[in-house]
Amino acid sequence: MKRRAVILGILVLFFVLFPWVIRSDYYQHLMILAFMWVVIGGAWNLLAGYTGQVSFGHAVFFGTGAYTAGLCVTKLGISAWWGMLFGGPAATLIGLFIGWVCFRLRGPYFALATIAAGEIFRLVAINWESLTEGMVGILIIQTFRAKWPYYYLAFFLAAASIFVFGRVMRSKWGFYFVSIREDQDAAESMGINTTLYKNVSLMISSFFTGLAGAFYMNYMAFIDPEVVFSLHYISIMAILVGIIGGVGTIWGPAVGAFVMVFLQETFRSAIFGLAPKWVSESHVLVFGLLVIFVILYLSNGIVGDWPKIQGLLGKGRKVRRLEERG
Amino acid sequence: MSFFEVEEIRKNFGGLMAVDGVSFRVKQGEIFGLIGPNGSGKTTIFNLINQFYPLTSGDIRFQGKSLKGMKTHQIAKLGIGRTFQVVKPLKRMTVLENVMASAFVRVGTFEDARSVALETLEFCNLMDHRNKQARSLPIAGRKRLEIARALATRPQLLLLDETAAGLNPKELDEAINLILRIRDRGVTIIIVEHIMKVIMSISDRIHAINYGRTIAEGTPEEVANNREVIEAYLGESYA
Repeated sequence: MKRRAVILGILVLFFVLFPWVIRSDYYQHLMILAFMWVVIGGAWNLLAGYTGQVSFGHAVFFGTGAYTAGLCVTKLGISAWWGMLFGGPAATLIGLFIGWVCFRLRGPYFALATIAAGEIFRLVAINWESLTEGMVGILIIQTFRAKWPYYYLAFFLAAASIFVFGRVMRSKWGFYFVSIREDQDAAESMGINTTLYKNVSLMISSFFTGLAGAFYMNYMAFIDPEVVFSLHYISIMAILVGIIGGVGTIWGPAVGAFVMVFLQETFRSAIFGLAPKWVSESHVLVFGLLVIFVILYLSNGIVGDWPKIQGLLGKGRKVRRLEERG
Repeated sequence: MSFFEVEEIRKNFGGLMAVDGVSFRVKQGEIFGLIGPNGSGKTTIFNLINQFYPLTSGDIRFQGKSLKGMKTHQIAKLGIGRTFQVVKPLKRMTVLENVMASAFVRVGTFEDARSVALETLEFCNLMDHRNKQARSLPIAGRKRLEIARALATRPQLLLLDETAAGLNPKELDEAINLILRIRDRGVTIIIVEHIMKVIMSISDRIHAINYGRTIAEGTPEEVANNREVIEAYLGESYA
């Protein structure tokens, strides 16, 4: 327990000092994206990893949050920062609606319905030009030129989300979520209102994803439907963050976020300009291979299979031998 | 008003009448056995009681209150717990967490749920297994976990569906002992069972069905000597 607190302290110190040591805007930008994905991955994990309702449609909530912030500027003439206040609740409302429709379905059918929901939102956002400006997108003026204010805000959001998800999972709600994942019929006969608690999980999940979306609008200062409602860049990315880090663990999505942002950037920049250009176009293929690898060898993700990884590195073997002797 | 009352219940799946006009009353504090050959409709009756299936017709009343149209989780909250014939452990949770999850139905805080769960595990002889993953339990442990999980919701009426199936003779005696101790706590029990040793030794009254219809009701002795019951189980030539 003490060791954990020390590690946590060092991590926090590292992240707080990072922008003071690494002055490069580029690396700070990558860290900001990683923090944002910690929030989204964790939110997805609450619904899919803990409650067992696998969503392929988290772009709906991300996009709703982002557009809420964007519309604050274009339609209401107020600062996009208001989106940080309204984005979460707006995404939660959409989440309630989607839950009302999609939770009639179980398992893979629910997952399919969320893909459909994601595509519907993307197409509506493209075509409802009077509201969203369509494919022209929404462009705002960034509040800060420097990266550090965004850095600390993103860090705060990531830390807060991990804290909240951790608290939720140690509460009655957390027990109910996992029970629903493990066996919905058993949960129901234990007296758990499975419909209600699936919706509770979805509401928390969509709230944080919407918050991340509103942050994205403020930070990137430009959104269009093909980015923020994207199946590929948002919904699938959220799943990858969860799967690679470790589904159903608190720290898994946090680790997954850093791994995925690093990988995505490595390939987007064609291994930092060292490899030929076609490498940057192969990143989808590489993600596919990565998922196959993780499912075959690390089916619980990096955090979930940490003892196994330690074992491969030789450290775990010693521990196990000691345990056997003891 | 009786404690628990099933009145002329019917359930058909398409053309098949799975339960066809069964009625019985259960008194508070008794162990009520439900027997019948395979496919006679016993588990269907349980699924009707906790509303996994809606009734085709008839009514089920618990302490005078009709259960018709209620949700399964509401029935559990009302005080009717059940176990499943095909056990449903929450596999990737520990035994303790399994029971805590259902304890949360009655209590609010982590500490209270934990203490209710520990007390229930002690009662069900599962303390040694409390930190094991539920999927690692052998069948006897899983059956007891089903009971523990149902007990943690503090039921007044407990539906036990073939709790003794698949157990060896020693485990069987433990199971019988556990059921009697539950009854002694004041929980009324309806038990479905194939193993005659169990059902005959612990039931106060037995209700026998075949093809979804009542064929006999009475004390274990009366039912065991009933002509129709013997016919249903062993065939006409033995009756």
